[in-house]
Amino acid sequence: MQEHQQLSDSEITEDLTAPVIRSARWFWSFVGSLGFIMLVGISGYIYELYSGLGVTGVQRPVYWGAYITNFVFWIGISHAGIMVSAILRLTQAEWKRPITRAAEVLTLFSLIAALSNILFHVGRPWRIYWITPLPPIFIGFDFARGIWPNVRSPFVWDPVAVGTYLLSTILFVYTCLIPDIALVRDKVKSGPAKIVYSILALGFRGTPRQWKVQATAPILLSALVLPIFVSVHSIVSWDFAVSIAVEGWHSTIFAPYFIIGAIHSGVSGVVTLMAGLLWLYKLDKYIKPDHFDAIGRLLVVVATIWFFALFLEWIYALYPLEDPEIALRNMQVSQPPWSYLFIVFLLTGFFIPVSAWLFKSVRRNPMWMFFTTILVNIGMWLERFLIIVPGLSRRTELSFNWGSYAPSLVEIGLVAFTFAFVICGIIVFARIFPLIPPFDIKEGMRFRHVIKIGKKNISAVVRE
Amino acid sequence: MANKSVLGLFIDENEAGDALSSLRKAKYQDNEFEVMTGTPYPHGTFGEAHPKLRLHRFPIFGAVIGFTVALIITVGTQLAYPLVTGGKPVLSIPPMLVIFYEMTLLFSVIVTVFGALFESRLPKIFMGAYDERIMTEGYIGVVVTVPIDRISKAEEILKKSGAESTKRGWEEERILKKSGAKSTKRG
Repeated sequence: MQEHQQLSDSEITEDLTAPVIRSARWFWSFVGSLGFIMLVGISGYIYELYSGLGVTGVQRPVYWGAYITNFVFWIGISHAGIMVSAILRLTQAEWKRPITRAAEVLTLFSLIAALSNILFHVGRPWRIYWITPLPPIFIGFDFARGIWPNVRSPFVWDPVAVGTYLLSTILFVYTCLIPDIALVRDKVKSGPAKIVYSILALGFRGTPRQWKVQATAPILLSALVLPIFVSVHSIVSWDFAVSIAVEGWHSTIFAPYFIIGAIHSGVSGVVTLMAGLLWLYKLDKYIKPDHFDAIGRLLVVVATIWFFALFLEWIYALYPLEDPEIALRNMQVSQPPWSYLFIVFLLTGFFIPVSAWLFKSVRRNPMWMFFTTILVNIGMWLERFLIIVPGLSRRTELSFNWGSYAPSLVEIGLVAFTFAFVICGIIVFARIFPLIPPFDIKEGMRFRHVIKIGKKNISAVVRE
Repeated sequence: MANKSVLGLFIDENEAGDALSSLRKAKYQDNEFEVMTGTPYPHGTFGEAHPKLRLHRFPIFGAVIGFTVALIITVGTQLAYPLVTGGKPVLSIPPMLVIFYEMTLLFSVIVTVFGALFESRLPKIFMGAYDERIMTEGYIGVVVTVPIDRISKAEEILKKSGAESTKRGWEEERILKKSGAKSTKRG
C-alpha cells in the first residue's frame, strides 16, 4: 500500500456522509428504474400466485429451474461479503477499512434476495411457516400443524442455516454501524431523521469503553460468523448431495466445491460493488487501485482453487464409468444448448477473468475489474444452472422419463427482480447510512504516516 | 444532590490528557470524568482508566442457550410426535447435529451482540453534556459528571487545561429554564 493522502476528520465526515445528507442527482432516476424492474417482477409473481406454478417452465421431471439456480447464486454472493469482512477483520488487514461495510451490506441484501426465491419457488407460499417449529397453540386455526418439521430433511436444515446467517448478518452489520449512525445523528441538524438516527445510535458517545467494545465485538462476531458462513453453503450443497437419485448431484465434494464457488462469485461481487461505488459516489480518495490490486490477487488464488474443485468433481463423477452419469456429462458438454452454456460458463467463470487478473494493469484498473468480475458472476450463475437443470433432465435408460426446461417470462422477470432488488437495496442503504465507515477511515488516517527511507517517501502504518 | 455534567472540548490530545491529570490532582475520581472521541484512540492516550470488558464470556452463555434450544427443536419436537419416516430412527443423530451447530452459533451471536450493548453501557437515554463536533470534526470531549457544587471548579480546570469551549449538560439548562434564568450553554 504505497498510496496515501492525508485527510482531516472534517473532510472524511463531509465526504462519507454526503450521500446520506443529500441525494445525488442520479439517485431518484436510478432507484426509479430499478423500482420499475422490481414492479414487473412482482406483477409476474402475482400472476404466478393466481395461476399456480404452471406459468413457470418447470415440469416433470425438471422441478427445479431458474428460482433454485438463483437461490444458490445469491447464497453464493452473500458468502464472500461476510467472509471478506470477517477474514480481513480477524487478520487486521489495513486495507479492509473502506471495504468491510459494503461487503457486509452486499451479504445482507443477497440473503434476502436468495430467500425470496424460495417464496417464488414453492406452490403454497402462505404455508412457508410450516418449516418453523412453532407450537400449534400459536396457529390453532391450522389443522395440519399438529406435526413438527422433520429435522431429518435438508429442507429444514436449509432455512435454519440461512435464517441463522441472515439474523447474524443483520446483528453484525448493526453492531459495527452504531458509531457511524451516531456520526450521522450529529451531522443531521434536526427533524424526524435526527430522531430516528438518535434512537438507532442508542446514545453512543465514543467513550473509551464504547470504542474498546467496537474493537472487540466485530472480531468476536467475525469468529462466530465464519463457521456459520462455512455451514450455510455446505447445507445448501447437501440439498443436492444427500439425494441419491439424481446423477451429478450425489457427490461428497459438493460442500467444499460449493463453498469455494461461493467465495469466487462473492468476492467478485464485492469487487463489482466497490467499482460501482467508486464511480457513483466519487470515492477515489478512499477506494484506491491498491485495494483492487490486493483483492485481485486474492481472486486469482480463489478462482484457481475453485477450478481445481470443479476438475475433481468431474473426475469423481466419471471415474466409476456409470452410464447415466456419463450420459449427463455428455449432455452438458456436447448437446446444445447446454454445451454452449458450458463453454460460456468456463470462459466467463475462469479463463477470461483469471487470465486478465494476471496482469497488474488490469488488477489496478477499476473498470477492468468491474467487467471481469461481472463475467465471473455470469459464469457462476450458469454453473448452478448447469448443475441443477441437466441433472434433473434424467438421461437414464428409461427415455420416456427424459425432460427438459426453459425458463418462462415470469421466471426471467423474477430473476431480474432479485438483481434489481439487491442493487436498489445497497443504493438505498447508502442513502441512509455511510457505506464506507468514517470512524474506521479516520482511525486509519491517524495511524498512517509518511516515512523517508533514503530518497524515497514510504507510507507506513503504525499499530498498537 | 443530583449530578450535573460539564463538557470541555479539546483539539489537541495532549491538552485533553492534561485536563484529566489536573482533574485527578483536584481530587476528582476516575468514575467522575470521561473522555469522548469520534474515533478510537489507543488505550491510555489521555491517561484515562483502562476499561475492563467481559465480552468474551457472552458467546459461551449464548452457546449454552442455543444448544438447549436445539435440543428442544430436535429431540423435544420429534419425541412429542414420534412419526417414523422412511424407516429412519425418530432421533437420528447426524441431521440433528446440523440444527445443534446452527442454533449454538446463532444464540452465541445474539447474546454477544446484547453483551456488546451491555458492555458499551448502551442504550443511554440521557447523554449528559455532549457536543456534535466530537463525532463530526474530531474534537476530544472531556465530560465531568459531579454534584452541582463541584461543577464550576471542574469547568475551570477544563478551561485552564486548554478547552476550546465548555458546555453544561442539558439537565442544568432545563432547571434554569424552569426557573426563568438565562441558559449557561457556552459551547
